Amino acid sequence: MKTVFVTVGTTRFDELIESVTSSEATQVLKFRGYERLVLQVGKGSLLPDADSCAHLSVQAFRFKDSITEDMKQADLVISHAGAGSCLEALGAGKPLLVVVNDKLMDNHQLELARQLHMDHHLLYCTCSTLIETLKNMDLSVLQPFPPGQPKNFANFLDKALGVK
Amino acid sequence: MQQNERHSGEEVMSFWSKTASVVAVMWLFGVVFSLFMTALLFLLRVYFVLNSGSNPPKTRSHVAVLVVAGSGGHTTEILRLMDSLSAAYTPRHYVIADTDKMSEEKIVSFERCKPESHSDVQFTINRIPRSREVAQSWSSSVVSTLNALRYSIPLVFRLQPDVVLCNGPGTCVPLCMTGLLLRILGIKKVGIVYVESICRVQTLSLTGRILYLVSDYFFVQWSSLRDKYPKAIFLGRIV
Repeated sequence: MKTVFVTVGTTRFDELIESVTSSEATQVLKFRGYERLVLQVGKGSLLPDADSCAHLSVQAFRFKDSITEDMKQADLVISHAGAGSCLEALGAGKPLLVVVNDKLMDNHQLELARQLHMDHHLLYCTCSTLIETLKNMDLSVLQPFPPGQPKNFANFLDKALGVK
Repeated sequence: MQQNERHSGEEVMSFWSKTASVVAVMWLFGVVFSLFMTALLFLLRVYFVLNSGSNPPKTRSHVAVLVVAGSGGHTTEILRLMDSLSAAYTPRHYVIADTDKMSEEKIVSFERCKPESHSDVQFTINRIPRSREVAQSWSSSVVSTLNALRYSIPLVFRLQPDVVLCNGPGTCVPLCMTGLLLRILGIKKVGIVYVESICRVQTLSLTGRILYLVSDYFFVQWSSLRDKYPKAIFLGRIV
């Protein structure tokens, strides 16, 4: 079952949950071949139940110890701009659409999402442009995100500290 | 006769009170001068320590590390870095903020996966009060950092690490400052290694800005920061 996984991280993003579960959005997702919508809503006030959407089967939860499994089973990840969520989705090799919360004060979290967008690792939109983006998005342009190389750090440090 | 006696009595008194005033002023001058000289020598020592550059290191087989684990993403990043380090980096002293529940679990799971080369434990977990909560005001941050310093100083003086490794949480400021203090006092040459978070692309974190000048090795993970901070080391993404 083609699945969309939506994550808002450790806080809340009611506007995203509302937008992505709207009739229009779920219709577009259905049209693009998705059948299941899994929502991690955090501290948000909306916790949609299984029959809330006409077009897709819905699952919602607030928090889990690990969302690795949900990421693995997703065919598309829609996430807030948090670095942890972005890196986890990209690390799992999943196409990622980041929805920026323009109600929040500009915070440094956006720096990473912006850079990753510029490097073509993810798509980027706001709640108001979500439906448009879902209609027109081309996930094939996304570049794979190679993992970081901590070994470079270790080699540098060994040399600098004189470790045998 | 009595008047003369009174006058000479008064003269004697005024002589001694004048002498006492002079002695008091000289004593005060002496104290101020000593404080000034101590402060000057201290500043010269700090300048020397920060600018002495790195001499070619003598080879060593072990590096005792003090690892500062912040909340959430910081801990994940630092454990990825720790995972790349060889078995020579031991013992590993992790320091976490007292309000952090999750980091201890992550650290213990990480350490459990390591092959045990000795029967004795190669790592410790230590707690200090948090220096600053997210978005805490400036003035109360200074107070809470000073409070964290009360715990950092005896801890670092006891552990005497070769290197302090950190990546951004406010908890690292008092710990790094204490490491620096050990060096200034000539007790131990503690190196400070700072790795700015991968989240920082265009701007440094507050901790990064504070520690940029005192770190021995300051890593950034995006070239835009390396361009802005020439002292920084850029090896690409390392987490």
